[in-house]
Formats: sequence, structure tokens, C-alpha cells
Amino acid sequence: MNVHEFQAKQLFGQFGIPVPRGKEITSPEAGAVWAAELNTPVFVVKAQIHAGGRGKAGGVKITKEKTAVPGLVKELIGKTLITHQTGPKGREVRRLLIEEGAGITKELYLSILVDRDSGWPVFIASTEGGMEIEVVAARTPEKIIREAIDPAVGFQGYNGRNIAFALGLPAMEAAVLTPFIQMLGNLYRLFMDKNAAMVEINPLVITSDKKLVALDGKVSFDDNALFRHADVQQMRDLHEEDPLEVEAGENNLNYIKLDGNIGCMVNGAGLAMATMDVIKLAGSEPANFLDVGGGATKETVAAGFRILLKDPNVKGIFINIFGGIVRCDRIAHGVIEAAKEVKINVPLVVRLQGTNADEGRKLLAESGLKLEVANDLWEAAQKIVKLTGKAA
Amino acid sequence: MRAVGAQPCASLARWFRIESLPRRSWGRRKEEGIVSILVNKNTRVVVQGITGKEGSFHATQCKAYGTQVVAGVTPGKAGQEVEGIPVFNTVRDAVKKAQCDTSLIFVPPPFCADAILEAADAGIKLVICITEGIPVNDMVKVKRALYGRDVRLVGPNCPGVITVDEAKIGIMPGFIHKKGVVGVVSRSGTLTYEAVHQLSTLGLGETTCVGIGGDPVNGTGFVDVLALFEKDPETQAIVMIGEIGGDAEEKAAEFIKKHVKKPVVSFIAGITAPPGRRMGHAGAIISGGKGTAAEKMKSLEAAGVRVVKNPAEIGDAVKVALGR
Repeated sequence: MNVHEFQAKQLFGQFGIPVPRGKEITSPEAGAVWAAELNTPVFVVKAQIHAGGRGKAGGVKITKEKTAVPGLVKELIGKTLITHQTGPKGREVRRLLIEEGAGITKELYLSILVDRDSGWPVFIASTEGGMEIEVVAARTPEKIIREAIDPAVGFQGYNGRNIAFALGLPAMEAAVLTPFIQMLGNLYRLFMDKNAAMVEINPLVITSDKKLVALDGKVSFDDNALFRHADVQQMRDLHEEDPLEVEAGENNLNYIKLDGNIGCMVNGAGLAMATMDVIKLAGSEPANFLDVGGGATKETVAAGFRILLKDPNVKGIFINIFGGIVRCDRIAHGVIEAAKEVKINVPLVVRLQGTNADEGRKLLAESGLKLEVANDLWEAAQKIVKLTGKAA
Repeated sequence: MRAVGAQPCASLARWFRIESLPRRSWGRRKEEGIVSILVNKNTRVVVQGITGKEGSFHATQCKAYGTQVVAGVTPGKAGQEVEGIPVFNTVRDAVKKAQCDTSLIFVPPPFCADAILEAADAGIKLVICITEGIPVNDMVKVKRALYGRDVRLVGPNCPGVITVDEAKIGIMPGFIHKKGVVGVVSRSGTLTYEAVHQLSTLGLGETTCVGIGGDPVNGTGFVDVLALFEKDPETQAIVMIGEIGGDAEEKAAEFIKKHVKKPVVSFIAGITAPPGRRMGHAGAIISGGKGTAAEKMKSLEAAGVRVVKNPAEIGDAVKVALGR
């Protein structure tokens, strides 16, 4: 789960990581009140959406005039930002962060995540702050500093010194060395205590008055650990998510919307991905990823149909079930029942394999439903692509 | 994680059967007469979380397959039985009274780290964790705690391990498997069944199938299992099923290039997966442009692996690789 920059910065504040004074604002009136209270030489007005590249898309405004703030709020609220991470439709701005500007002498990069290979949390730091870290890693890999933290003992002073000296921090500004190491410890604590999946500060700046400030902040959380953190759950912003994905989540379905036109419904994540791949190989594009899980029932199948059919791009549906513990005859019953409740007006191919597959196929064939039944994966993929036409 | 080859000898009959086979170019056969990897008919299993819906159902299924399911654990329910399997309060009691060496875990995610560590502390040598949805940071701590200890973890978020006709320790449907010559290792569940179904239908059959799970931080990895299959005399070919996210497949490719002589066929799921989105499995995500299916396929091909782009062709590719 992702959160907004202003929420990330609230968390930073709680954990002793220095951030600019700022506040979430949703109206010009509130913007005027806050600007008066903030009373700073430079005001920064930042659009809050869950996507990077806001600056380039015109989502960040800077002004020295207190009186200009409400106008900027009016300009940004309701505006649709299109960045390299939003897709062509862009994202509507509903809230802003208004904060004080900082005099910058140096920009650094800092993040923490779990290294999958070792299973240890690792800090990633670089002197190339303000740039996308992937770009830095590709162009100048020697400028990426990695420091793994032993989870048995947690962050230690030497970890901080390793990072600070590798960055050349004392040469930049000796006064920030101790605060920097303290901040790393706080960041580690935030990461572990809140079950974050990643925390990124880009840029972390050294200001002209020799202070460290997290000028931007990005935090994502481990969905599997949200049950432990009611405060984090409250930060969820449904406007930032696809409505169909939200509905799927409410039905315990794992759905991701894609751009193709063959809807697919599959049991198991790996098989669901493989089904998408096979649709592409057969000459079309998948409209979605949908894993109905190991215990697919009539209800989950019906919910799956409803969600798939709400996507106007869907021109055909491919159901691919490998019955293990789930019996194919039950799935067939589920499809037949669900098809009665949900009006299916596009071609449907059902591939059943595994436990009681023959019985399941027989049930479908005798149901009178307009659908094609298939035995194997490739045959089924070719059938649905033939019925819906190849992708343009 | 423990070293390879600590399994007890299989039955005497099996030992003789292997001995009487003509010597082929199978390479080194272990002196102990190991004829399968990780689990066999002598494996004694305790099911943690046995009184839950999933636990009781699958414990019964495993037992019906022929697995020695000798104990179950649910705290506070000692003295009960599930389909004739005695239930204990702690893994320690189960080990003491039922001499189990392997644990199968169905405990819910919030308590799962605790359950894995309990098994390790009680002297269990192989822990197979089925549970999906364990917080990553819990697994970070578990992995660190198990480091250097004489215990192997398989999973979590996996279908388990099956050695065909010997022991099924997991949730896979037993009947799709046929005794044969192919070792299967995979990050996925139902996609593995798909591959197994093809192998069985083509008459190639399987030796052992290992699900290593779809989580970003797990126990046994591809490399561990590839090493076991390479040494296993009954395994003649290996199917490795990967997916987007992380670099376990790239690491496996390096290992195969250096150490695996047997033919390897691989499929990587997610060539159509968009970047930055988690595709069901917690570990299946392309982040920062890394972990794409295309990259993984390229590394594996460079290591001499037969990579199939169509998951329906896994079985056929193995057939070709074995020259059948």
C-alpha cells in the first residue's frame, strides 16, 4: 500500500526524521490561513498523487508571495496530472501539501528496503540526490552505496559511519555527520516498526544553515502486515486506486487491470500470469490479471464475472482452472450459476483440467450456456483469440 | 540451511532395487542410497495447525497418499485426534512422543513466524510452510534466526513437497503425479500442477516436486533444489518454473552454468506483467526495471537452459531434452 508524501512526512516527524514545516491543504481558503501561519520566505505547493514525476508535469509550484498561495491552490486542485507513472489518463489532484522552502547546498539520495537475496534490510544511498535512482544505478553504478543491516541486532553506529564516510559527508558538511547517523537509525526503526516495504527520501538535502531535511518522502507498506497497523490503514486513499481493483479486493479477489481485451479468470497467481502470457502468444492482449484463489466458489466466480464485465475493453472471457483441491465440477456449477445471475454478452471459453475435469466439462456442455469448452491451455487460448479477433 | 544428504536410508527393498540397476552415466550416487530429495516414505511429519480447516483437511489428504503423518500440534488441544493423528500442545512434545523430523505448517500468518521458529527449536530438520500472507519483516527475522542452524525451511506461501509414490507433504493434488524421471522446482502452485500434468500425460513422470513459494523472502531457493536434483540418481531432467520479481532465476542460471549437467527446462511467468504491480504473489513484482521475465529468460538461455515461452510446451520440451 502506498501513501501520499504528506503522510510519509507525518510519519518521518513521528520518528524524528527532520522534514519542512508543512500541512495538507484542500481549499484556497485553508491555503490562505496556512500560508499566513507558515510565514516563510519561500512557499512550496505540491500536488499529492501516488505517482512520481509531479514536478515535470507542473504539479509543484513555488512562490515568495504569501498572497499568491490561494491562487496556486485553486490552479492545482482538480487539475489532472499526467506523469510517466500515471499512464495516459493521468491522475486528478485532490489534495496539496504546502510547506516551507529550503536553501539547498547539497542533495542526497537515501532509501531502505529488504534485499530479497539475503533477506536483510539494506540502505541504499547516493550523492546523486534528486535524480531517479534507477538512472543513477544504470549510468554510474559506483555512486550507489549499499549497507545491509543485520536484523538480529538492528542498526548499529558503524552502519551509519559506513554510509556517511562512503558518501563523503564529513567533507560536504561536518556538522551534519552525527544528525545523519541518528536519522539513519530512526529511519531503520520506522521501516521495521511500521512494516514498511520501502522508504525513500529523495532528495535528502543539506540546507544552507547546515541542517538535514527530507525534502521529499515516499513510503510503501507491506500489505501482509497492515493488520498490525490501524494508523497506516487509515492513510489509504481509495481515489488513488482503480475502482475495479478496489471492488475486487472487497470480494477477496486479486485483480489488476491491464489494457488488453481478453478478460481472464484463473486460480493461482502463477497460472494467472502464465494465462496472460499465453493470450499474448496466441495473438491478443490480456485485459487483466485475476486470481480467484485456491478455494474458488460460485460466489467468487460470480464476483469475478461482474468485475471483468465492468471493464468496457473486455471483448471475451477466458476461464482457466486447474483443479487441485478445488474440484472442476464445482467450478462448472459456479460458472453456470453465475452466468444466470450476471448477463454475459461476450464470448466465453472455459478450460478445466485436473480434479473432476471430465465431469465439469460435461456439465458446461449440457448447460445450454453459450460457451466453448477446452481441455488444454494452448487450445483454449487460441479459441478465445479466434472468437474475439486479434489485437490491433 | 542444512547441508545436502542427511536423509535416512530408504527402505531396504528400494536400496536393493537401485543397487541392481545397471550403472549409467548418472554421476555420483550417494553412498547412503538416497533415492529422492528432501522427503521420502520414511519421513515422519507433524502438522502445525492441524485442528484448523486447512490443516485437518490436508493432514488427512497427505496421510491418505501414504505419508507418515504421525502428529499434529495445536496449543491447548493435546489429547484430541484428527483422523487418528494424535494432537500435541507443542512441537517439542510431538518430537518427543512421535519422533517426527519434518513439519508441515498451516498456522495463520500473524502467528506463523513463531510456529516456524518453534519447529526449528524443537529439532525439526525440515520445515515446510504453506501459509500465505506472512509479513515480510517477520520472515526477515525468521531467516536470520535459522541461519547456520541444522534446519531447512521450504516456503512460505508454497504448495509443499512431494516425492511421487512416497510422501506428499503439502496441498498439491496427489493424483496428477506419476513416478518418473523429472524433478520440478517452482515459485508457483497451480502453474506447477499444469507442468506436472503435462509430464505425467507424456509418460515422463516426476521424481520430486518442490514448491519454493511466491514470497520475496523465503527459505530454500532454486539453487538449493537444483543442487539436490543434480545429485539425485533418479532425476534425469529438471523443470524450473520461475516468475517476475527478484533475481533468484538469474542466480539459478549462474549455478546451472557451473554445476548442473542434467538438462533443465524452464518457463518464466509474467512476460505480459506491467512494471510496479504485484501480480498476486508478494514477490512477483518488477521494480525499478529489474526482475522482468525477459531478463530472466535471457540469463537462463545463456546458461544452456531450454526456455519455453509457451507454458503449454513444458512437457514437450522435456521430452526433446531427454531425447525421447
